[in-house]
Amino acid sequence: MNYIYPEYEVVRNYSRCITCRACENQCANKVHSYLECENRMESTDDNCVNCHRCVSICPTRALKIVKSTHTFRENANWTGKTINEIYKQAQSGGVLLSSMGNPESYPIYFDKILINASQVTNPSIDPLREPMETRVFLGRKSHEIVRDANRKVITKTTPQLDLSVPIMFSAMSYGSISYNAHESLAKASEQLGIYYNTGEGGLHEDFYKYSKNTIVQVASGRFGVHKDYLNTAAAIEIKMGQGAKPGIGGHLPGAKIVGAVSRTRMIPEGSDAISPAPHHDIYSIEDLRQLVFSLKEATDYKKPVIVKIAAVHNVTSIASGIARSGADMIAIDGFRGGTGAAPTKIRDNVGIPIELALASVDKRLRDEGIRDSVSLIVGGSIRSSSDIVKAIALGADCVYIGSAALIAMGCHLCRSCQSGKCNWGIATQAPELVKRLNPAIAYQRLVNLVSAWEHEIKEMMGGMGINSIESLKGNRLMLRGVGLNEKELSILGIYHAGE
Amino acid sequence: MKRVYVNEQWCLGCRLCEYHCAFANSKESDMVKALKNKKIHSNIRVESKGNINFAVSCRHCEDPLCIRGCITGALQRINGLIVVDKNRCVHCYTCIVCCPYGAISPSEDGAIQKCELCVKNNNGVPACVSGCINQAIVYEER
Repeated sequence: MNYIYPEYEVVRNYSRCITCRACENQCANKVHSYLECENRMESTDDNCVNCHRCVSICPTRALKIVKSTHTFRENANWTGKTINEIYKQAQSGGVLLSSMGNPESYPIYFDKILINASQVTNPSIDPLREPMETRVFLGRKSHEIVRDANRKVITKTTPQLDLSVPIMFSAMSYGSISYNAHESLAKASEQLGIYYNTGEGGLHEDFYKYSKNTIVQVASGRFGVHKDYLNTAAAIEIKMGQGAKPGIGGHLPGAKIVGAVSRTRMIPEGSDAISPAPHHDIYSIEDLRQLVFSLKEATDYKKPVIVKIAAVHNVTSIASGIARSGADMIAIDGFRGGTGAAPTKIRDNVGIPIELALASVDKRLRDEGIRDSVSLIVGGSIRSSSDIVKAIALGADCVYIGSAALIAMGCHLCRSCQSGKCNWGIATQAPELVKRLNPAIAYQRLVNLVSAWEHEIKEMMGGMGINSIESLKGNRLMLRGVGLNEKELSILGIYHAGE
Repeated sequence: MKRVYVNEQWCLGCRLCEYHCAFANSKESDMVKALKNKKIHSNIRVESKGNINFAVSCRHCEDPLCIRGCITGALQRINGLIVVDKNRCVHCYTCIVCCPYGAISPSEDGAIQKCELCVKNNNGVPACVSGCINQAIVYEER
């Protein structure tokens, strides 16, 4: 007996279906099948994850997926979702697993913030006619002007990252995503003049050629970390936490640790890759400082070090500590941040919104006079160019995009990454699925997305009469809230619309 | 000369190229009308074994065995492109036997059919190339 009714139904327009069987060929979940005796296609809705692979490739547009209208007896407290979760756990006895970001209906502050524009007294700027600067440098900025014996200003700085636009591809490990997905991100970063992040799975030997645009990650499992890995990168990121699952580690099942993934992670084939919840050598800011300087020592002080944390309740104090630990940048990942797999209840209930974390961290660091010691990178569901403009006006130096980049490559947010059967060749290691993501196509789509966002950022900046992204940074007067209460406005440090 | 090439690395074996080919050569404007409930006759064919797939169509050889074998002159090489004159074809199928790629096949009306790079149906780009979902089939100079 099966208590759970399929969530989605495949609707096939039989008058348009030409039984080419492409849907059957391309569904790793085996939803579609061909009935030879009747010369027609059939579907098994139970297997459908609503990833749209079949819908997108159907040459006659004969397919669509609809949410099932099948319902429980309606109840505001016991929703269908909750009841199904209990059925699943009563059946399996296991922890519920999910992927991608928190989908629940918590407030999205970016959607309650509006951007200013110039009228009459302060001219707006047309980015198509006038120069507009989106280039940013990330890293520690000097507090004062220092001169040499001849009164010449000393311009030597600690190592910086130089970005054409304040967007980077956030950490997604080789293992959680495919070789082709990594290659697409790397190639796109090179062309765009930005950076991508290896995540904690090491750097595949083929991608050392993109090292100028690579941030390598050192996480609690230390997978794939060695001297060349650190020295080849443009920057090193210490991963303390992840927005989708603050406080817990990771677990890549042994089944995915095959061939190149095993080699790159430097662990035996078939062994589970378990990232501990904490770094076992970091129990304080002082310990963190030791790791920061160990990494700097190993790389001859030529690479900036990023410390990535999840946005949690006391994020301001943690950020303040990190800013004093010698790190060059702090990356904060909001509770909407994505993942290849996380316990559902952690993903959906732990952490805080990135907008509030960003605003309060930026304020705290400014109040303490240490804002220049670090650059702030924020992620955890940056969905559009306007989110970026708002984040920068709230005080960010740069944003990380993960989910948006995956969506650009073809991800349809079916949130089944943990199954390893990604029909789009992204979150899978199965060779026949990985080859579905042709980097020649995917990298161009990433380049297109970031270029489009760059145009939009310039348009919005121009509208505000701002011609350099530096003038937008922390410029909260350019923002107004709508439908926010006094407390929210005070944390965000912005006025209400109309004020 | 630009030819249709298949990058086996990216071919998914979805066979959509076969359907786009059959549609392009059907003289219909709607794919459903052209292909529904019909046995398709495409000039490109996907060969699959296990996880290896690749589409095969006429190579437009420099020294084409099909033309050497053709007894009526129905097959001709014009500017590198090998074309069929269906009126001259006597259905002897010598070319089908000669072609080492298996790229020629009998059409519905009995005369042979083969890939003519979509020049006759005026698609501009061969339909298999524009219809390939993974850019596995390319039309380029090599």
